Amino acid sequence: MSPKNKDLDIKVEYVTRVEGHGNIVVDVKSGNIEKCEFHVVESPRFFEGMLRDRSIFEAQHITSRICGICSCGHTLASIQGAEDALGFKPSEQTIKLRKVLLDYEFLDSHLLHIYLLAAPDALGAPSFVPLIKTHNAVVRRALRMKKTCNDVCDILVGRHVHPISSIVGGFTKLPRPKDLDAMIDLFEGIRKDMEETVALASKLKFPEFYRETEYLGLVSDDEEYPLLSGDIGSTDGRRFAKKDYREATNEFVDPRSSAKFTKLSRESYMVGALARFNLNSNKLHPKAKKAAKDLGFKAPDYNPYMNTVAQVVEVVHCYEHALDILRDLRKKGINYSEELVVGVNEKGHIPVKAGNGVAAVEVPRGILFHNYEIDEKGLIKNANCIIPTNQNINNIEYDMMKLLPEIIDEGKEDIRLKMEMLVRAYDPCISCSAHYLDVKFVE
Amino acid sequence: MPKNEKKISNKPKVAFFDFACCEGCQLQIANMGEDLLDLLGVIDVVEFREVMSEKWDKDYDVAMIEGSITDHHAEERIKKIRSRSKVLIAYGSCATLGGVNGMKNSFELDEIRKYVYGAGYTYFDSTPTKAVDQVVKVDYYVHGCPVYLPEVVEVLKCALRGIPYSVPDKPVCSECKLNENGCLYEKGVVCLGPWTKAGCNSWCPNNGNICYGCRGLVKNPAKNAAKNIIEKYRLDPVLMKNKFDMYNKAKEATNEPKK
Repeated sequence: MSPKNKDLDIKVEYVTRVEGHGNIVVDVKSGNIEKCEFHVVESPRFFEGMLRDRSIFEAQHITSRICGICSCGHTLASIQGAEDALGFKPSEQTIKLRKVLLDYEFLDSHLLHIYLLAAPDALGAPSFVPLIKTHNAVVRRALRMKKTCNDVCDILVGRHVHPISSIVGGFTKLPRPKDLDAMIDLFEGIRKDMEETVALASKLKFPEFYRETEYLGLVSDDEEYPLLSGDIGSTDGRRFAKKDYREATNEFVDPRSSAKFTKLSRESYMVGALARFNLNSNKLHPKAKKAAKDLGFKAPDYNPYMNTVAQVVEVVHCYEHALDILRDLRKKGINYSEELVVGVNEKGHIPVKAGNGVAAVEVPRGILFHNYEIDEKGLIKNANCIIPTNQNINNIEYDMMKLLPEIIDEGKEDIRLKMEMLVRAYDPCISCSAHYLDVKFVE
Repeated sequence: MPKNEKKISNKPKVAFFDFACCEGCQLQIANMGEDLLDLLGVIDVVEFREVMSEKWDKDYDVAMIEGSITDHHAEERIKKIRSRSKVLIAYGSCATLGGVNGMKNSFELDEIRKYVYGAGYTYFDSTPTKAVDQVVKVDYYVHGCPVYLPEVVEVLKCALRGIPYSVPDKPVCSECKLNENGCLYEKGVVCLGPWTKAGCNSWCPNNGNICYGCRGLVKNPAKNAAKNIIEKYRLDPVLMKNKFDMYNKAKEATNEPKK
């Protein structure tokens, strides 16, 4: 059938192997694309509303529960926003340990996505379960690496899902020398697995599809690959201080739907591993640069499916970066007088004043903003979070609209699979985005 | 026989479902690492949307439910799942208590909907947060935010053998003392350990933080000891209520679980 009079009706309800609930809707009538959309259908949870009148010292505990996968990322963003509002400056040691925690978060989340959510497509399986038989060593490696990331998180902050000891002001428990040794040893134990992960990535096949867009993420003037702090920057040469995050994200309601989208210099922008790679690849750890080179992966890359490969490169970066900091802390020693007991600041360890604080932190899926306005007692008056997946939805839809005509001659199942793979490549985290929902109602 | 039809094994069919939640509890299960493969050796996971594309259209031996019931669609969906399941396990605070989602119930429903979604708030259906047992019968509970993995394994073992599991009904302090943690009250902060069900091995106090009450309240708190704490540390009732509400607000509506 020629594309000119092709009819196509694809509805993927609850895209599987993504975090949260999302639907794809494609409707083609006589070759005309009537609909090509990605809908978020998660039940709203009203986090910003629920935060009101709670203590700013509870914000981390509550917002970490926005998402189990991204709980360390939300924790770090929430703390940064709270400390910015309170005018508190964390110590150098605290910042180093927070960077390690963020590296752990990237490793854990990226590995889950690469192995369990994305790789089955590239290996032609509906999930990792059949891979237990066909690719047993790969599955075991994935679970082993995931467990290691989990174990180092347990040592550093009590657990990975909803970390315990990382709070406003610093840490309630600081790693002992034996803890630092244990984390270093655990990491060294998966060095070979790391190498094999890069080797696996070189074998994965991704569809050839290109759409240049604006790539947005943290930028900085120093030499470190910016994840925990920096300004907001884009590949179109824009730059904003984090307090001006609303100017960078420009949330708007699209006339096609009741959704709130984001954009900056073009119709849409992308955040996440590929965006960071395109912005900051020259600042990656030398071993991550080598991995990118071995994979033939160069910035700028305009294929969104390559987001998974960018995640592999970041896995190498975060692994080496965390090891460097851990070794440095082991050598210099940790100052345990910085250990804190905060609660809701009953003892007034941290001076409280009214204020407005903004956090901009790179988390696995892209740049995350938290914003808190607090009163003189430290109670939250207003809260706002802008989540990476929310920022990507607009870009996913523009990708889908360019992709569909390019593959319209293929069978319906192939089209459906490529669409699902595209959505999955962004590693969308819908639990996160649901608090600020972009549901679109068809019909 | 159609060529794609798989051979059905005799292993129990277990399905995982999520409602309004952060999906962190299913992640805890994924965090079992290679032990997960042993678990998969004794059960057949027939649905698990986050990590599988496969679907199942028959009955479930065990349904694992994560998340709270927060809209009309969810209410219908959980009833359907219940009708297809021999055993239903609610796991994680959102499912067992309403959890952090319950804080929504402290606000006028339409007010909080408007605050977050603005004028278009009616597009997003929302009902007061309910724990799973406020809608359907629950056979087993695994409390916690997130769930504590050793307890998940214990409850699964009981469920698969058809024997009961009793959630510990003593306070977190009982475990905290065994772990030789200094009392947080002595350090000047308010901890919900004395009122909260144990079973997590005092996970948060072990790491220097307070107990937030995520496992729900003990049925019979040691009243005198609790009274002593309240008097000794001059606890502010408003502050205490606020702290309990973080996880336990939804359970205020009714204390009687569905039979």
